[in-house]
Amino acid sequence: MTSSPPVASGGRARRGRSDSRRGDSIFFNLSRGSGVLLLVIMAAIAGFLTYRSFLSFGHNEGNFFTTFEWLPDAPVPTFGIAVLVFGTIASSIIAMVIAVPVAVGVALFISHYAPRRIAQPFAYLVDLLAAVPSIVYGLWGALFLVPHMSGLTSWMDEYLGWTYIFDSTKTGAAPRSLFTVGIVLAIMILPIITAVSREVFKQAPRMHEEAALALGATRWEMIRTAVLPFGRPGVISASMLGLGRALGETIAVATVLSSSPVLSLHLMDPGGGTFAQNIALRFGEAGENGRNALMASGLVLFVITLLVNGAARMIIARRKEYSGAN
Amino acid sequence: MKLQRNGRSKALAIGAMALVGSLSLAACGSDDNADPKASGAPSAAAIACGKAGQLLGAGSTAQGNAIDTWKVAFGNACAGSTITYSGGGSGAGVQQFNQGKVAFAGSDSALKEADVTASKEICKTGQGINLPLVAGLISVIYNVDGVDNLVLDGPAIAGIFDSKIVKWNDPAIAKLNPTAKLPDAEIQAVHRSDDSGTTENLTKYLEKTSGGAWPYKASKTWAGKGGQSAAQSAGVSAQVKQVPNSISYAELSFAQTNNLKSAAIATGASKPVEATAANAAATFAKAKIAGTGSDLALTLDYATKEEGSYPLVLVTYEIVCDKGNKAETLDTLKSFLTYAVSDAGQQAIGTKGYVPLPKELSEKVKTAVTALA
Repeated sequence: MTSSPPVASGGRARRGRSDSRRGDSIFFNLSRGSGVLLLVIMAAIAGFLTYRSFLSFGHNEGNFFTTFEWLPDAPVPTFGIAVLVFGTIASSIIAMVIAVPVAVGVALFISHYAPRRIAQPFAYLVDLLAAVPSIVYGLWGALFLVPHMSGLTSWMDEYLGWTYIFDSTKTGAAPRSLFTVGIVLAIMILPIITAVSREVFKQAPRMHEEAALALGATRWEMIRTAVLPFGRPGVISASMLGLGRALGETIAVATVLSSSPVLSLHLMDPGGGTFAQNIALRFGEAGENGRNALMASGLVLFVITLLVNGAARMIIARRKEYSGAN
Repeated sequence: MKLQRNGRSKALAIGAMALVGSLSLAACGSDDNADPKASGAPSAAAIACGKAGQLLGAGSTAQGNAIDTWKVAFGNACAGSTITYSGGGSGAGVQQFNQGKVAFAGSDSALKEADVTASKEICKTGQGINLPLVAGLISVIYNVDGVDNLVLDGPAIAGIFDSKIVKWNDPAIAKLNPTAKLPDAEIQAVHRSDDSGTTENLTKYLEKTSGGAWPYKASKTWAGKGGQSAAQSAGVSAQVKQVPNSISYAELSFAQTNNLKSAAIATGASKPVEATAANAAATFAKAKIAGTGSDLALTLDYATKEEGSYPLVLVTYEIVCDKGNKAETLDTLKSFLTYAVSDAGQQAIGTKGYVPLPKELSEKVKTAVTALA
């Protein structure tokens, strides 16, 4: 009698343990499998792009890094990514400069300023922006924003023309420029940056905030001393997510931008191009070498995106000690 | 609706009333499905259906609307047969054809030597051939206030699109338009940002007729200097509509649907030639056949000086195997192409801004289609 209950309970415990072990191992293998699968997919993409790229490098009479034109199917194939690198990075930087401050502001408003009744639906609305297909942004940009950009363009030309980059040199041309593309991209990446930043700001330790207020800080000072330092790594990763989208955005750019093989620092002039836009517009009619050349440009975009994400990781890692998360 | 009615009256005149009647009904989304016999039975007379089957095609977007029109009529007449055409561009279409994924490819240009060689693997006993089935013309569309009957010639068009002529009142344009009130405004030239057969045909024309003003080789990729660009014919048409003092080029249907003015071309004939389907058909009637055997690749005379012959034309091909087509789709392929080249088929796309093939040429295509194996 005395020995039976422990046996029974021991049996239950054992059974329970073995169950949980099986569950553990299944889950472990599933998650390890997912991780491995991801690496395999990434490697396969990189391998495929590299293979096709090298096929095209042999058939290029120009320099892949400095040539402006993209004529891989011409009798004398010449193509290069100079214009595409510049256009991709310039439009993404413009998008980030506009989107990040606005997104942080919106996120702070939702997490710390707005009354709960407004904050909830407002956050929901911002998330909805992310659900709009990019072709819609593209059409809106091309048919609505571009005609309405003329005023801003000529104002900036007049007062900021001395900066060179805001100087418009093509009078009468519709402003289908890298600058306009940057604005459209900014709107497109706004929701993702806002959503992630908002969640991070909400995690800011309540004690820190209350301590700041108790020491006589105003609400703005409290946010500056307690919330923003805590949220900085989160905002950076949010921005990098947004930057990733901006770098790779295709159809909206293809619809808005007036592309040309011209590398010009006049960002308000129509012209330039981006990687994804170039691929989208050229792929349909490309011949064998043309397709390989586009793959090569895709590989460069892939590498740029990797570098950007790597840089973001490093920034986050360096700032870990300030974050308050540990 | 208006186009549809036009199409019907034209087609009535040539006697294919039942077919096109059912076509326009179908296109209007009416209830002809409710009584399949009423529309199906007479159509069957015009379309020889053959064995029911699934036909896959891919390629040129320029002929997408034409194929769509035919596909609806063919599908209505031939129960069980479906045509699926994906317009990923000529290059992609030819690639898929040479991989054996599609029964026919639509292409803006005739097969290149290398493509023909590659096609022999798929066609086994035969090789890929070009059948001209969808013809069109390129309008030089413009938006200049107060100018309605613009006349341009090869050198002027080349100069405009290469940014050598930058003002509307340039002497080169004024000379061709002595009575027009040309504004002292900058020309906003818009070209295609994507690679396209339309660009290729325009530049072929410029190569032949600009007398050296167009220094580049004809190609699908835009080579000219300056100007703006936009994606697809729809994109450039929208730009011309939106931007004052702009000029661009697009297929006739885009000029029509957007209500854009098209320039007449001074070819050397006694008076400038308007961009109309009839004037383009006159050019096609004079086209030479460059292909051998059943290959009907055309050489177009861009430098034509004939009266009423519009020089800026383009033709797109269906690419099929002359022999060695897949047995299971051969029957459907032949009946579909036979319908496409028939008067009814050509008139049907004539209402969509394409140019019906002249009789002599369509007879040759018919013979080639009948001989497919």
